[in-house]
Amino acid sequence: MTTEQQSPENESALITVRDLWTRFDEFWIHREITFEVRPGESLVIIGGSGSGKSTLLRAMIGLLRPERGDVVVGGLDVMRSSEPALYELMRRVGVLFQFGALFDSLAVWENVTFGLQDRKLSDAERRRVASEKLKMVGLRGVEDLLPGQLSGGMKKRVALARAIAHDPEILFCDEPTSGLDPVMSDLISELILQMNERLGVTTVTITHDIATAYKIGDRIAMLYDGTILVCDTPDGIRATQDPIVRQFIEGRAHGPIRGEVAEETSTPGPGGRAG
Amino acid sequence: MGWVGWIGNRTLKGIGECGRVSELLLDTVRWTLRRPVRFHLFVQQCLHVGVYSIPVVLITGAFTGMVLALQTASAFRLFGAESLVASVVSLSMARELGPVLTGLMVAGRVGSAMAAELGTMRVTEQIDALHTLATNPVQYLVVPRVWAGMIMLPCLVIFSDIIGIFGGRVVAVGVLGTSPATYFKRSVQYLDAADVGLGLLKAALFGLTLALVGCYQGYTVRGGAREVGFAVNRAVVVSIALILVLNYLVTAFFF
Repeated sequence: MTTEQQSPENESALITVRDLWTRFDEFWIHREITFEVRPGESLVIIGGSGSGKSTLLRAMIGLLRPERGDVVVGGLDVMRSSEPALYELMRRVGVLFQFGALFDSLAVWENVTFGLQDRKLSDAERRRVASEKLKMVGLRGVEDLLPGQLSGGMKKRVALARAIAHDPEILFCDEPTSGLDPVMSDLISELILQMNERLGVTTVTITHDIATAYKIGDRIAMLYDGTILVCDTPDGIRATQDPIVRQFIEGRAHGPIRGEVAEETSTPGPGGRAG
Repeated sequence: MGWVGWIGNRTLKGIGECGRVSELLLDTVRWTLRRPVRFHLFVQQCLHVGVYSIPVVLITGAFTGMVLALQTASAFRLFGAESLVASVVSLSMARELGPVLTGLMVAGRVGSAMAAELGTMRVTEQIDALHTLATNPVQYLVVPRVWAGMIMLPCLVIFSDIIGIFGGRVVAVGVLGTSPATYFKRSVQYLDAADVGLGLLKAALFGLTLALVGCYQGYTVRGGAREVGFAVNRAVVVSIALILVLNYLVTAFFF
């Protein structure tokens, strides 16, 4: 697109988020968020539920326009770009949604190859690509099923197959392992890691699962209270003395992170709930 | 004053809502003109809006024509003008009852389904997924539905008009003893192309309205299952009310 949408500075970074502020009504979700992702890197963003991780991801793919700041992905100023330019960027990007977000009126193979529609492939060719991508995520013989007929883990894998079907340069994953058993979680993490290491895809993963973060992250950033608290290598995070990060990675209920439990002073008994 | 604030608040919300619906309509027009053209989605929607609505439209039209014949006959008998029953039935069906009743039935049947489908797609992030797959959601979801509504409703109204006149004939011939030839003659005697045209124009407008309102309500859902329910509810109530208001305005304009 036009030159003003290009970012001449930070040429080494594939994704640049600078001084980002987002709010919902009166409530600021992000305050002064700044980070970069280099080509081929795997960044994991961790944080508690409701810390604004998913909102940050939505800002990076242009699904929401923050109050102020800059988001530059693959050279495109996402916040100020036109729709066609954004769709052009989307052809280079894959997104794995938290609950899969598969189109439930389309069969699995149509879901997987949805992003290839503009390539003018025949149905047979699309099916072949679908089978190939499904094989990459360890699925066979599910091409003609509808998403409603799949288990949670299979849905996530189909969604991953769809996200990588058009060979994206950048892969965004929103909670790729939430709601899955430990083995399936590890398998999905493994797949994302493979994408990153073997195919050189730059990945940005949002998760609250610290095991996933350690496994796939080159760097881990922790989002807390609307800002990036720390951004470090997995080893750096493991060794950190920051009490908030320590509480999060150790998964303790008590500590500096504000919990919801303490504020509920009176819990109604079983009889009290009936009314 | 609490109630003044309440009225002001509701008015502002209402105006804001009108603005956003118009914006969706403009987006629909804009994305209709852009490539790619997804004709198969349009055909699919035509099936849902048009073909699958035929039974309910036929039942509504037939019984409306029949009751019209009965009611007008009891009044016209006083003046000895029973033969004009046919003219009343055909004119009322073509100008008013065909388009309005078809619009209401399809709003209940299809407008609600559109709101439910798009609303569910919104809360399960399927609409966001379309965006990330380089597909404009308005072009993919709203454009085929709005065009199907606009084109299928007039088709349904033609069915409704014909079956309504036929229903009137069944009553006039069977119950009132009018001869079939007289009924046919009187049906078409005072009915001209402008009457039918007005009905079809209304139908296209109603089709646009119910599809646009259904899509808007579904497209803008925020939250979960409960909000999808509210959206379906609003889609039906708003589109039915709008159909009745627009019906008056169009009639008054061409009066």
